[in-house]
Formats: sequence, C-alpha cells, structure tokens
Amino acid sequence: MSAPGGLRARVPRGIGESVRRPDGVPKVTGAFAFGSDLWDERMLIGATLRSPHPFATIRSIDVSGASTLPGVHAVLVADDVPGDPNYGLEFRDQPVLASDVVRYAGEPVAIVAAESPELAARAVELIQVDYEVHEPLTDMERALSPDAPQLHGWGNVVRHLRIEHGDPEVDADLWVDGYYETAWQDQAPLGPEGGLAVPADDGGVELYVSTQWLHVDRLQIAPCLALPEDKVRIHLAGMGGAFGSREDLHVQIHASMLALRTGRPVKMTYGREESFSGHVHRHPSRVWIRHGASRDGRLVCVRARALIDGGAYSSSSPAVIGNATTFAAGPYEVPNALLEGTAVYTNNPPCGAMRGFGAPQVTFAFEAQMDKLADAVGIDPVELRRRNALRTGSVLPTGQVVNGSAPVREVIDACVSAPLPEPTDPAERDPVTLPGGAGNVGHGEGLRRGVGFALGFKNIGYSEGFDDFHQARVTLVRGVDGPVAEVHTAAVEVGQGLGAVMSQVVRSELGVDHVVLHTADTQLDSAGSTSASRQTLMASGALQLACRGVLEELGRRAGTAGGAVTIEGDQVWADGRPVGDLSALLQVPAEATRTFRHRPTTPMDEKGQGDLHPMFSFAAMRAVVDVDQELGLVRVVHLDSVVDVGAAINPQLVEGQSEGGAAMGLGLAVMEELQVRDGVIRNPSFTDYLLPTILDAPSVDTVIVEEPEPGAPFGVKGVGESATIVALPAVMAAIRDATGLELNRAPARPDDIAGLAGPVTTGSWPPVPDVPGQEPVPTYVGALLSQRATGGGREP
Amino acid sequence: MSVRALVNGQWREADVWGGASLLTMLRDSLGLLGSKNACEQGECGSCSVWLDGEVVCACLVLAAQAEGREIRTVEDLGGDGLHPVQDAFVAAGAVQCGFCTPGLVVAVTDLLDRDASLDETAVREALAGNLCRCTGYEKILDAVRLAAAAKREGAW
Repeated sequence: MSAPGGLRARVPRGIGESVRRPDGVPKVTGAFAFGSDLWDERMLIGATLRSPHPFATIRSIDVSGASTLPGVHAVLVADDVPGDPNYGLEFRDQPVLASDVVRYAGEPVAIVAAESPELAARAVELIQVDYEVHEPLTDMERALSPDAPQLHGWGNVVRHLRIEHGDPEVDADLWVDGYYETAWQDQAPLGPEGGLAVPADDGGVELYVSTQWLHVDRLQIAPCLALPEDKVRIHLAGMGGAFGSREDLHVQIHASMLALRTGRPVKMTYGREESFSGHVHRHPSRVWIRHGASRDGRLVCVRARALIDGGAYSSSSPAVIGNATTFAAGPYEVPNALLEGTAVYTNNPPCGAMRGFGAPQVTFAFEAQMDKLADAVGIDPVELRRRNALRTGSVLPTGQVVNGSAPVREVIDACVSAPLPEPTDPAERDPVTLPGGAGNVGHGEGLRRGVGFALGFKNIGYSEGFDDFHQARVTLVRGVDGPVAEVHTAAVEVGQGLGAVMSQVVRSELGVDHVVLHTADTQLDSAGSTSASRQTLMASGALQLACRGVLEELGRRAGTAGGAVTIEGDQVWADGRPVGDLSALLQVPAEATRTFRHRPTTPMDEKGQGDLHPMFSFAAMRAVVDVDQELGLVRVVHLDSVVDVGAAINPQLVEGQSEGGAAMGLGLAVMEELQVRDGVIRNPSFTDYLLPTILDAPSVDTVIVEEPEPGAPFGVKGVGESATIVALPAVMAAIRDATGLELNRAPARPDDIAGLAGPVTTGSWPPVPDVPGQEPVPTYVGALLSQRATGGGREP
Repeated sequence: MSVRALVNGQWREADVWGGASLLTMLRDSLGLLGSKNACEQGECGSCSVWLDGEVVCACLVLAAQAEGREIRTVEDLGGDGLHPVQDAFVAAGAVQCGFCTPGLVVAVTDLLDRDASLDETAVREALAGNLCRCTGYEKILDAVRLAAAAKREGAW
C-alpha cells in the first residue's frame, strides 16, 4: 500500500505505477544472457589457480607441466601482468596475481587458458607452487596487537575513525552496556561470476562482464593491462544478482590478460565453490557499546567502538567502517557521543560491500541496546524509540543536520499498527510449518512465540565528499510506429528493476511510450555504481535532465522562445497550443546528454564532524517468530516491513526490495554463516552455506512511506538496503522475546538458542590504534590510487 | 562420447565428455542456455528440466543417462507467446535477477500440471528445492496463485 500523496501516473506506464519490467519476458523464457552464458565460437576457457594457504611466501612456481599440456594456450603468473601489479576498489593494495606472498586462502596465483574447461582444470592442477607456510593472523583484535604480523607495509589498520560530539564524559541516570558480534555473511547471488574478454584490432580489449560499476572496473583494469582507458571497453553482461559482490573485480583482469596474450576470446566463469573465494563478503564485526539515558528514557550519551575484519585487502572496508561508525548511535537524537570504528587487515578472506554496507552490524548492536534500555527505564521499547527518534532538523553525532525528509515516527507507527498474526494451535499445524520443518521430531509442544521490533537508517548515495554523479543520454527518434526514446547510460541492472524505473521516468518526462534501453557500456561517462541504494535516485535525476534537454531541443526546432514544450500524441505543445508536428521536428533525432549529481557532502574533520551523507532512508521491521527452545530451532512466522523511500516510482519493485531484503537480513539472523576456520572457508557450497528457502521465508507485509526528499527528482530516495538492515535486529529481538536469552551474536545458532552456549564474550574495549588521521591509512602512504580519482565527472 | 536424445521435440545428438552432466550437454553442446548453473550440486533447482516427464536437476543427471530419452527445457514452454506460468511470473513481480527464474518456471508448471488446488503450505513444500536470493519468495507465491487460477480456468 502507499500513503496518500504518492506519485500519480500522469502518463500510462509512467512513474508511480507497477509497470512490468522490460527484462521480465527474456528472463522467464530463458533467453536472457547472463555472464556465464557468454559464448564465442573461437573462445578459450580461462581458469585460476588459488592459494590453499591463508598466509605463505611463494618460493617458486613451476608452470612447465601445465604449459606443455596440448590444448593449453597460456599459463600466466605475476610477472606476466603487463602493467600495474596491483588493483583495488578504493586503494590498489591487491595483487592481480600473487608474486612473493599470499595473504588469504583463495588468492589467485596463476591463470591458464585452454581449449576446454576440463583441460583448463587439468592445467591448473599441473602448476607446482612451492609455499613457505606461515601462521596466519585470523583474529581481528589480535591484528591490533604490536606483536601480530604486519600484513602490509603500513601495518594492519585499514582505517580508524573517531566521532566526538558534545561531552562524551557526561553522566546519565541509567547506563546499559553491551557487546555484540556478527559473523561472515555471503551475498550468494545465484548467478556466478562470469565474463568474456575479446581482443580488439586496436590492441585493446572488449570485455563483456557482470559488474556493478563499469567505469570503476575500467579505472582498475586499464593500468594493470598497461592500456589507456579508451582501449578497455566494457559491456554489461547479465548479472544474476549482486548485493555488493560485483563491486570488486573478479575475472576482468585475468580474462583480459589471457585474451591479449593468446589473441583469442577468453571466457572465465566461476563454479559455486570458487565463487565463495572469488568475491568479498560481509565483514564480521565486534561492537562494544554503552548507552546512557535519563530516567524518562531520553538518550544522553552513546559510546561505541566497532571493529570489523576486512580480511587480506582493503576492498571497500574504508567506506564500510565509515558507515558503521557514523550510524553507530542509530536514528536517534544523541546529544553526546564518542563513536569509534576500526577496520583491520587479517589473513581471512577479503570483505567488502554487501547490502547494508556496515549498517547491519551496528544496527544489530544499537537496537539490542535500545531494548535493554527500555527494560531498564521500564517503558515499552517502541515508545522508547519514538521518544528519541530523529526528525527533520535533528542533529546527528557527526554534527550533520538532517535537512531532508525524516518521517521516522510515521515509519514506526505504520509498523506497529498492523495486526499481529493469530497464534496457531501446534497440534493443528502442518509439521513443515514447525521450527526446523518436517525434520522437527516434536509436535510443537514446547513452542514459544516472540515478537521483536527494530528501527534503522541508511545513507542513500556516496558520502564523505565523494563526487557522486550519473551521466545519461536520451535520444528521441522518429520510429516506424511513432516516436522512440532511446536511453543510454552505464547504469547497471542488478535485478532490482532499474530498466523499468528508467523507462517509467522517460515516459513521464517525455510523454513518449516507446522506450528502448541500450546495453550499459563505457561509451558515455560513468553512471556510478548500482550500490548504496543510489541508482533509482541517480538514474531518475540524470534521465529527467536529459529528457528536459530533449524537450528544449524540440522547443528550439519549433521556434518557441525557450519555453518548455510538451509532447502530446503526435504534436509538440507550448503555452497551451500545438507548435509543431513531432514527426516533422524529428527529421534529425533530438538528443541530450546530461549529468546529475546529488547534493554535495563533505569529508569528516578531525572530530568526525561534517555534512557527511547526502540523504537518509529510514526503515522499521516487526518480526514474529516461533522458537522450539529444546531443539534450538526458529521459524520466522511473519514480518511487517516499513520502508521510507521518498517516492515510489514502481511500488511493486519497492515491495520486491522490502521482501527480498528482509529475507537476506533474516538469513544472517538465523542461518547464514560463512564458516571460516584458520583463515579457510569451510562451507563454500549451497549444501553447507544455508540460504533461506521458500519454507524458511515468512509472509511479509510491506508499507511504503512516501515523504518526498527535497531537491531530489520526484522526491525519490532509495530502498535497496533498508529492509536488510532492520530484519536482522528485529528477528533477533523476537527470539530474545521468546526465550529470554541475551543472544548477542548473529546468527543465533541452535546451541545459542537451546542455552548450550552462553552469550559471546571478549576482553575490554580494544586499544585505539595510532593513525595519522580520519582518512584510510593507505591515503597517508601515498602512491596508492584512490577510487576518489573517479570523481572527476564532467559536463559534455 | 555421443548422446542422442529427444530434446524439446527434436532428436538431437551431442558429443560430450564422459563425465559431463545433462546440464553441461544442454548448455555447452546444444546451446540451450535457459537452464542455469547456479550451484551444480542439486541444491538450488536453477537447472530444473523434465526428463521423461519428471522434473530433475540437470546438474545431477549424467548426459549419458539421457541417451534415448525425452528432455524438455524451459525453452519449450510458451511457443508464440508466454506460457501462463511465465506470464504470471512477470505480472506478479516474481522476477528480479532472473537466475532462478527458468528453474522455478519449470517447477511451478510441473506442480500446477499435477495439482492446481494446493494450499500455500503445500506449494511452499513443493518449491523448497528452488532457491531464490532476490525476492524473499513472496512474489513467487503470488505468481503461483495467479497461474493456479489461470490453470483452474483452463488457460492450459
């Protein structure tokens, strides 16, 4: 449902309507081409040799057995990288191929190209690597210890930041303390990594690949291949889900190196087990946190320390810990705060972007704290949140004033006003609906129902001074059956329905029904990443500007005095009268290329203060669970999800993000955990890494709150991450409600729920590392190119 | 080795490695890429096809086992337009990234061919072998309801 005042469809299949997605038909017929479906008659198959050790020195590599195998066309190692040996999303600290040292189990060491997948796999087996194995650094607290091995030249700290607000030493009537942990989560998109690199006549490469951001890929790839950027042309291949996992490079450089070396197209795709090593994961976290409040339940002070394990390379850890730290006090008015966050290097698998991007870990902590505090104050936990919730005009611990839309109380009230599901008589229940499903050996006799609530928020768009932009081109042409609007942008459809959104925006802005979307590529400037819940906002803004540019051009052709024109059927109108025949005005296509930027932000100062985030989306979730405590099993019965999106361009797609995002947060609450022991992933398969099935998934009711964001196109914010962020703490709160257990670690395992394992504990707050400043530590080392260098967007 | 099978109504012959799966044969030898390779160990259902009328995970069947048998894939549904199950998936918003979709379309078509009157719990149980990472399954259940109603009205 939508709140009154939402977008109204002014033109058929325009904004505000649940329009069918343009990629729906090819996806249901099996015709849609994903990265793993790419094909070229002349192609070779690429494969990767990965280190089995989390930390080792490479003494030697012998490729002779592999390279002499008939049908093998290339075997490449670090010395064969044509240009820069390193790449990285924010800092170039990750080797294309390990040369002297491997820092995680699964790190690429060599690559091969062969005539068939079987030959390529055989060649990989024949490569002999002599490793000197070292004791890996696998504990994130130990990484801060001076006697720990230092994994990079600048130490083990990726970034440490400190936000100081008001008087953090202030006293309060009541204090509650907590310690919280979350485990590794995997994005586990069903589509595996895949790409096809085709050598081009000009010495460059055409790369067809599944990625979330083509231009930042190119920025990383070109220096490694020693090619100018215009010789690395990237074309989007079908995605198969991303959730953050396609922000970092996977096959891009390797496939290109093999293609350039062999002169043949090279396809690389990862199987499921390799996929778990071939992309980054959600950071495991440890959070120490202390809340002080007045007797009437007003927050006085929050002190928090978040520590996240970035694994072997930095990926997007600097931005993830930036988010985690700035959100650590929650969507509440907190006059005094000291929030510190640290991301460290270890020999664990690298972690980076995953839906929520640092927010789920701290939301789990601060929402558990809010429940504890409500108990200490003696008021209803929802009322405690209402009392402290942010509103437009509130000041965050970073000093940022929330100037945009912040309908936080409306979000809370919409969530708790829905009726709760009726309890069912266990004896009447189908066994598959019991916790644990048909495998539950009981008859539901010990079931306890619990209800939990959580509130959260997320920034939309890139923060901390990043020049965040999206360029789009709209070309209006005279088609056979009427005008056709062609849309060209590098924006990536990951599955969320961006194609539908972009078509709707163009229809509404131009008044033309027929919209054709070109495949995303690098011909235009960057559209930015499909991440940070930003692409609906950014694409809407760029397309709105481009459509208006097209209308201005038509106005010029029609001889209007620069006034706005509209298209009504086959006529162009201005000032309430037709001024020209559209078909006649389109003898030459009308085209406009425009770049949209959201409002600028600033980096943080030495006290962590700044106008850091462009805007905020708020979300609430209420979870209802049944727990079989004897067996340690949970069934999530129902979720009420409320998402604050500014304006819903396509309500059905918004619901899709709410429902799917909730399932992903639920997964981290009760079943999803990448088991990493001694630096090695022990469950790299869908047999052992448990994803929610349709039997695990609850019913979800979504309420969409629409309070337009000032200054944003159509008032749009975003929705990709909000439900994931609040589902985890809501489900955990519901299990606590059912069991009375503390449950300070996610996911809650059967032993935790059955009471066989107590709450997780650790030592006191970890030492504060000595760092030069708030920026990521590699910044101060110099030499490492930052992603921020992509920010040089230009108007055409 | 050579395998001959009746694929989507046509006898096709494929030259495959002896250890190849039916999924590999369909995708790499016969160019039928609609069946997807998400887990390749029978956990996700993305490669669901009919083998002699029974839905199987093509990744768990050896290509050699298909010799002389009838295989039907997602590409055979629909004909000129969409099959009602395919249409229901698009209408209900049950498609996001689309990687699980062909397998789910096959599984749902098979389910409704057998019984279009199942309650939600039975539908959930029947589809528990098909993983979807995007939707949270709500809109897939909506699609099943839409398609089941169409089936009961004789749409196919």
